[in-house]
Amino acid sequence: MKKTVTLGALTVAALAAGAAGAATLDDVKARGELKCGVSTGLAGFSAPDANNVWQGFDVAYCRALAAAVLGDPMAVSFTQTTGQTRFTALASGEIDVLARNTTWTFSRDVDLKFEFVGVNYYDGQGFIAPKSLGVASAKELDGATVCIQTGTTTELNLADFFRANNISYEPVPIETNAEAQQQYLAGACDVYTTDASGLAATRATFETPADHVILPEIISKEPLGPLVRHGDNEWGDIARWTLNALVAAEEYGVTSANIAELSSAPTNNPEINRLLGTEGELGAMLGLDAEWAQRAIMAGGNYGEIFEKNIGEATPIGLSRGLNAQWTEGGLLYSPPFR
Amino acid sequence: MSDTHAQTVAYVRDTMLDQQDPPLNQTGALKWIRENLFSGWLNIMLTLLSLWVIYAALSHLLPWALRGIWDASNLSQCREIIAERYGAGTPAACWAVLAERWPQLIFGFFPKELYWRPILAFLIFLAAVAPVLFSSVPRKMLWVSALAPFVLFWLIWGGSLWGPVAAILGFVIAWAIMAFAAPKIGTLLSVILAIVVPVIYWLTLCGPLAGALASVVPLALEQVPTQNMGGFMLATIIGVSGIVLSLPLGILLALGRQSDMFIINKCSVAFIEIIRGVPLIVWLFTASLLLNYFLPPGTNFDLMLRVIIMVTLFSAAYIAEVVRGGLAALPKGQYEAADALGLDYWKSMRLIILPQALKISIPGIVNTFIGLFKDTTLVVFIGLLDPIGLSNSIRATTDWNGVYWELFVFIGLCFFIFCFSMGRYSLFLEKKLRREHR
Repeated sequence: MKKTVTLGALTVAALAAGAAGAATLDDVKARGELKCGVSTGLAGFSAPDANNVWQGFDVAYCRALAAAVLGDPMAVSFTQTTGQTRFTALASGEIDVLARNTTWTFSRDVDLKFEFVGVNYYDGQGFIAPKSLGVASAKELDGATVCIQTGTTTELNLADFFRANNISYEPVPIETNAEAQQQYLAGACDVYTTDASGLAATRATFETPADHVILPEIISKEPLGPLVRHGDNEWGDIARWTLNALVAAEEYGVTSANIAELSSAPTNNPEINRLLGTEGELGAMLGLDAEWAQRAIMAGGNYGEIFEKNIGEATPIGLSRGLNAQWTEGGLLYSPPFR
Repeated sequence: MSDTHAQTVAYVRDTMLDQQDPPLNQTGALKWIRENLFSGWLNIMLTLLSLWVIYAALSHLLPWALRGIWDASNLSQCREIIAERYGAGTPAACWAVLAERWPQLIFGFFPKELYWRPILAFLIFLAAVAPVLFSSVPRKMLWVSALAPFVLFWLIWGGSLWGPVAAILGFVIAWAIMAFAAPKIGTLLSVILAIVVPVIYWLTLCGPLAGALASVVPLALEQVPTQNMGGFMLATIIGVSGIVLSLPLGILLALGRQSDMFIINKCSVAFIEIIRGVPLIVWLFTASLLLNYFLPPGTNFDLMLRVIIMVTLFSAAYIAEVVRGGLAALPKGQYEAADALGLDYWKSMRLIILPQALKISIPGIVNTFIGLFKDTTLVVFIGLLDPIGLSNSIRATTDWNGVYWELFVFIGLCFFIFCFSMGRYSLFLEKKLRREHR
């Protein structure tokens, strides 16, 4: 496994060097289509519906980016990537942007030569346990058997957490999330641990979700975000500020319902005007037209709307905003000013 | 017989007894059951035990399958219907996921309005393999087989018709060289020419020619990119291409391994051992990850093509060993007889050795093919959506998150149909070709 990773890293590094400097924006425009890498399927984040149309939280970002650059949110071709293939696909230019619930880490940013353009979901590793176990906190899990996906950062986080709290556990190695759900339900382990968003999605699929409780401890930082290749800063800027535009739109109260009205004429909030292109020349600085952010927001709504539609409390996944609320509401979402 | 006792017989019956039915327990089903199932206390125990196991399995499986819900739009709705109809907690299948998603499992993300193309392609494929598989089909149908690869490619991927037509022309050139030039310039030279000239043609003239033809008579189908293909369509394309391409390659490798020529022999051995000695999944990762590294950046070398090449090479190495087994099983006299008839190497192989060797190897070859077909599910690890990958994608939608067995049962059933028919065909062929015991 380690070898594979090293080899992959080498490959990726070499590729990144080769592909650097290519003007991705021109390529995308010439192609008339954005190539976006997504996961092969993660509940709420990316999955094809019955009509072969991709839906989800990560997918919505790609659609916004396509709308900003090409004017059409549907002009995206999605490439399914696995944990192993995602970085090579991006480095080799097979995809223009990777939005695949990828954790922003030092080595991925620096060593693998990618550029994370921001964070679209602040995740962290949590635990789920049956209510009948009677545990209220992860610190009470001394001696528990834990289902865990092998070869992931969650495995390492788990070991760290239990060592730091000086309690013991017995790992039950599992290959995939699907397998883990079945094992957990069959009682092969007392608790199951993975990213909190995944736990919520998993619990939603149980026949009796109320019998299971997600423990309050979050034991790791998993900032998930879209990323692009090193070396094409213009494209990185577009990707970054498209994400920021979605976040800022929520902060300023620009929604898909009122955006038409707000962008028809300059409002008395200059920040909104600059965002929507009714004032200033921010679009031209990016190499796009003035309405780029307008189209990005219209594609699926602002950040809050995308969140609520795909993974929010009204959906079966039922995630609360938590860390992903705006900074004004106690969350971590904070877009730099549009100026 | 002596006549010593001729007078001692007091009574001789002069009519035949009527034929009686055998006793009830000596005939028909009862006898069979007695002899095969209840012939001794141990067998009685084993029979009862087996019956109990079968019952236990079916009594869980059948109600679950038969109670299945076919019309629901998501899993929770399905569970509600089950609870309402049979009471909460009753095991019942949610076949509704198949009712809604079966096109995806079969065709992947192929555009819905173009489903006729893969279906037509499949029918043409059946028509094309029929004359190859069954000798009772008219031989003229072989023309369909020869043209089928190009037509199938065009139907599935779309694009201009003239691409495949221009490609066929390369083969026509090769054939023309073999047919007309061979008598004049000798076999070896014409074989080399028949390989080199078409390759030069494909690399240089083929593309522009297709373009020119397309601009004169635009005849094109809508193009469908590879990444939209998935499900059983993907498995079948990879599996069938692998099977069709690996058989000739495998035979050549087997002959190469038997050859006396040093370089050919050692190359074949090295190829076979290296390919066979490494797991298929490693080759697939090589295809998807490392090739990107070797190719210049920006090269768009279709992932499915890369996978087909890797799968073909992999199974060719296995086929080579199976065929080598068949070659080794032939008595030396057969080789000598071929030599004695004055046949050259290729003729002796074609007319005497290979027909016998291949017949011996049929079970092994088909076994390898079945393995290859099932191994196509491994492409899920490099991000291609084979049926298993699609089942993950379907589960990733909030509607169907949590559905497992229904999808796996369906996928398993489809694979079983493919593999079972391959196995049956192999049996049929073995019976037909049996020469020894009649």
